[in-house]
Amino acid sequence: MTILETKKLGISFGGLRAVDDFSISIQKGQLYGLIGPNGAGKTTVFNLLTGVYKPTDGSITLDGENITGKSTIEISKAGIARTFQNIRLFKNLSVLDNVKLGLHNRVKYNLLTSIFKVGSYSRKEEEMNKIALELLRVFGLENEAQLPASSLPYGMQRKLEIARALATNPKLLLLDEPAAGMNPNETAELMETIKFVRDEFDMTILLIEHDMRLVAGICEEICVLNFGTVLAKGKTSEVLNDPRVITAYLGE
Amino acid sequence: MGAKSEKNKPFPGGIGRFRQKYDNNFLISFGIMIAIFLFCFLMIATGNATRHFKSLLVPAGINIILAISLNLVVGILGELSLGHAGFMSVGAYAGCLFSIYTQELFPIGVRFPLSLLVGGLVAAFFGLVIGVPVLRLKGDYLAIVTLAFGEIIRSVIINLDFTGGAAGLKNIEKHTTYTSVFIIILITLFVILNLINSRHGRAIMAIRDNRIAAESLGVNITYFKLLSFILAAFFAGIAGVLYGHNIGSLTAAQFDYNRSIEILVMVVLGGMGNIKGSIISAILITIIPEMLRGADKYRMLFYSIILIIMMLLNASPRFAEFKRKIRIKNLASALKSKSRQKEEV
Ligand SMILES: Nc1ncnc2c1ncn2[C@@H]1O[C@H](COP(=O)(O)OP(=O)(O)OP(=O)(O)O)[C@@H](O)[C@H]1O
Ligand SMILES: [Mg+2]
Repeated sequence: MTILETKKLGISFGGLRAVDDFSISIQKGQLYGLIGPNGAGKTTVFNLLTGVYKPTDGSITLDGENITGKSTIEISKAGIARTFQNIRLFKNLSVLDNVKLGLHNRVKYNLLTSIFKVGSYSRKEEEMNKIALELLRVFGLENEAQLPASSLPYGMQRKLEIARALATNPKLLLLDEPAAGMNPNETAELMETIKFVRDEFDMTILLIEHDMRLVAGICEEICVLNFGTVLAKGKTSEVLNDPRVITAYLGE
Repeated sequence: MGAKSEKNKPFPGGIGRFRQKYDNNFLISFGIMIAIFLFCFLMIATGNATRHFKSLLVPAGINIILAISLNLVVGILGELSLGHAGFMSVGAYAGCLFSIYTQELFPIGVRFPLSLLVGGLVAAFFGLVIGVPVLRLKGDYLAIVTLAFGEIIRSVIINLDFTGGAAGLKNIEKHTTYTSVFIIILITLFVILNLINSRHGRAIMAIRDNRIAAESLGVNITYFKLLSFILAAFFAGIAGVLYGHNIGSLTAAQFDYNRSIEILVMVVLGGMGNIKGSIISAILITIIPEMLRGADKYRMLFYSIILIIMMLLNASPRFAEFKRKIRIKNLASALKSKSRQKEEV
């Protein structure tokens, strides 16, 4: 079953064609890699998929629903969640509250309930705490639940961002360089966690990564971007041995 | 060892429903306010309060309402608003005019709370009218527009007839008491602190900390910005009505740019997003200029120096460390560890 399909997606910033003719198709439960040299347009693809930028050409279909040109909020509700290349946590909020924000549109109560603390307030908050703590446990962060997010070490911040994105219960999870800044041990552990998330939550994951060991280790298929266009795509081992891909990387 | 693993649990001893609803922030803020009220009440009941002391109670209370409501916008939402006095003035005029024109209709006991509501709603309406176009824009346009709003509304009021023009609005029944101000403070605290500790408040603080991330989680940025802005305007309007019913008259000049800045100073001094801090600093900023009256012409100089010292203290990491140390919780644990050391020796 196809979860994400893009057809001839493209965007221009003034004269710069940042992404052009980008077509991929991702199946449910797949771990799909998006790689390419610096400035190739990988993050821009994520911004197109999540509605941060509106595409100038092409279409995006999520689980059969056309989401081209929709707003970030609509796309979040439709089922795409993401992490950011430069970590974007709610620094002054607790680790737990960061994850609870991922539940913003899943566990709801109205404004009057917030102000008067009657009705479903306690029940809903308990429900949120329960879901959020379970997610934190998956990432080994449950002991840090009450700390401010900014006090976490770097590697844990990356994990918290993934936990928060998962809290929205997405159909597709986008990870932008999840291993950036991690040491080899942390990266190895992260690989296990990503695989675990895919299996445990039956999640479809599209990830951008520069660490080739991580990509080769967990992605079933990859797509290589170069100067905004698809250089190669397909089975990971085949693409990584493609001479064009090798020159694109070495030619840098 | 046992104590340590207990501390590392996500919720030591589990989180009760009461504590989930009313966190430390809530209980301490209410505690502070009730203690202050009891102190004032005892001072007056025992005949220890001077006229001067009594005359400062209402202005201090009004400043508390203004400071905590502005803190919702500046500290919790993270948007700079320079027109809080403007919202205070539209609320004041609307509420006081209502109370003057309905003199024959209702007794003051009904008219006063109604005029507070009218003032709050009119100010909130102005908040909506300004907020809808401005808060949709990304960037710091709010500061400029609210600044302009404050100045425009002032000249409009001066040039209208039914507001009494430059001479001002007179013959407002003096009905504001320190008890009524206290009740309004408690209502304001209740609404704002409860809002902060809810999914709505979390969304507002998330927008402050990282708008792009909040949006990616499906948080409706415009709605939550508007919500905070309108709610703050509502309470500023009520504060205005209390003000009018305290002095007995209104002139537009009282609600100028300096007044907005004064409220902003209270918020910054008490700490961005710190509601308890806003209460304390609103009181200080009300009484310091009064205490300096003896210094006559050097009064404003001393006042500025004191403000600068307080700001510097607040920004200093050493003072933050000191404040952390004197927190009750930390004092208690320090005492405990001391007594344990003794036992071991
Ligand atoms: N909002 C924008 N306005 C103008 N140009 C942009 C904008 N966003 C991205 N670009 C340009 O698009 C190109 C692709 O950027 P992008 O961030 O997608 O690269 P990337 O593949 O993620 O690189 P990296 O590996 O360094 O993260 C760059 O040349 C960048 O300068
Ligand atoms: Mg990038």
